[in-house]
Amino acid sequence: MKIAQFSNPARFMALSDWLMPTFAVCGAVLFAIGIPWALFVSPADWQQGDSARIMYIHVPSAWWGMGLYAFMAVASFVSFVWRHALADVAARAAAPVGAALTGLCLVTGAIWGYPTWGTWWAWDARLTSVLVLFLIYLGYMAVWAAVEDQTRAARLAAILCMVGAINLPIIRMSVYWWDTLHQPSSVIRAEGPAIHYTMLYPLLTMALAFLFAAGALVMSGMRAEIYRRRSVSAALRQAAA
Amino acid sequence: MSALGAVFRRDLRLAWAGGGGAAMPLAFLAGATTLLPFALGSERDVLEPLGAPLVWITLALAVLTSLERLFRADVEDGTLDQLLMAPVPLEAIAAAKGAALWVANGLPLAAAGGLLALMLQVPPAAAVLVGLSLAIGAMAFIGFGLVGAAVAAGVSRGGLLVALIVLPFYAPPVIFGAATAQAMAMGEPFVGPLALLAGISLGAAALGPIAAAAALRVQAD
Repeated sequence: MKIAQFSNPARFMALSDWLMPTFAVCGAVLFAIGIPWALFVSPADWQQGDSARIMYIHVPSAWWGMGLYAFMAVASFVSFVWRHALADVAARAAAPVGAALTGLCLVTGAIWGYPTWGTWWAWDARLTSVLVLFLIYLGYMAVWAAVEDQTRAARLAAILCMVGAINLPIIRMSVYWWDTLHQPSSVIRAEGPAIHYTMLYPLLTMALAFLFAAGALVMSGMRAEIYRRRSVSAALRQAAA
Repeated sequence: MSALGAVFRRDLRLAWAGGGGAAMPLAFLAGATTLLPFALGSERDVLEPLGAPLVWITLALAVLTSLERLFRADVEDGTLDQLLMAPVPLEAIAAAKGAALWVANGLPLAAAGGLLALMLQVPPAAAVLVGLSLAIGAMAFIGFGLVGAAVAAGVSRGGLLVALIVLPFYAPPVIFGAATAQAMAMGEPFVGPLALLAGISLGAAALGPIAAAAALRVQAD
């Protein structure tokens, strides 16, 4: 019942009309708090110095790069099973945002890696699995671009997205295995719960800022797609009349 | 059952009769592998540890070249509509087509891959084992490949799209396959990665036809 309500494009347009600017403002405010907090107020890392501050960009983009793929997989499932028109619009709009965040994660990781690890890139488990995620994003967007019939493209892209979701944990496990098989990993650092709260709070602020910004971008992408479909069908009606 | 047998035999005949469809990936495999010693140097101690993993990569690419034609022709000439009316589920038909591709393309490629591994200085007894690991791996490449081939079946000149879709999914079989083959070539224990490779291959062979059939139904709409 709930999903059925949200699947109504007119209802979505009414909702996103105020929700999208709200998300954008929330994101901007959180960035305005989080960026100075992360760059100036929070302490520098005792080993890495100021270079560790790139974490406040790197970690949120990694989280939501993966989070948006999970969102796309759920939307694809809803689109495939119940044929909700809005679900495939949502999955499609989320793809470029997710790919951009994944790409940002890779680039910031490389910039961070050079001063700390001494290399731009290492074929370790986490780097490689994120790179594979980025490639899966590209394949997903290529299906949308290559298949002309949009309803057909939606279903084919949904199938691919779901297959990719099954494969992601396999990739993570397998690359982990591959690493430990050949050489003890010298570069993976333990992160997360071991982090001090003076760094954790600005990180969470930045993560929320990224989440609101990504939400606003996905919604604006969905709105653009709905406007595009409306203008296409309006043009068809005009041509028929 | 006879419908599946007919699909299987038809695809085998199409692969090997006229036009040399199944011979082309073989020629591709030989050509691509031949380039490797030019790039790496032909010294035995350079090639011996790398030969088996390199053949794994060229075999993955050679399987890729056979995927574009797999469902495309059936969509174009209406065979797919006939297959949808068959008294067996489309999933089983996709599996039969994959099995035919494995027999017609995968097994000859694996045999040629073993031979090429030998030429890349892998010891003869190990080269036979490498060929067997390639035969198992071809099952995974074809299983994932069925999905990409079915998704791209409605796109003209979809070969590049198939590659873009399928290549990320080749990461797990390449990781374990190359690890297996390298352990075989170096005379190290290889049962662990081989078991994982076989698991991935069986999973891909089981799940690939299901996703491929879902995509083929979309193509037939």
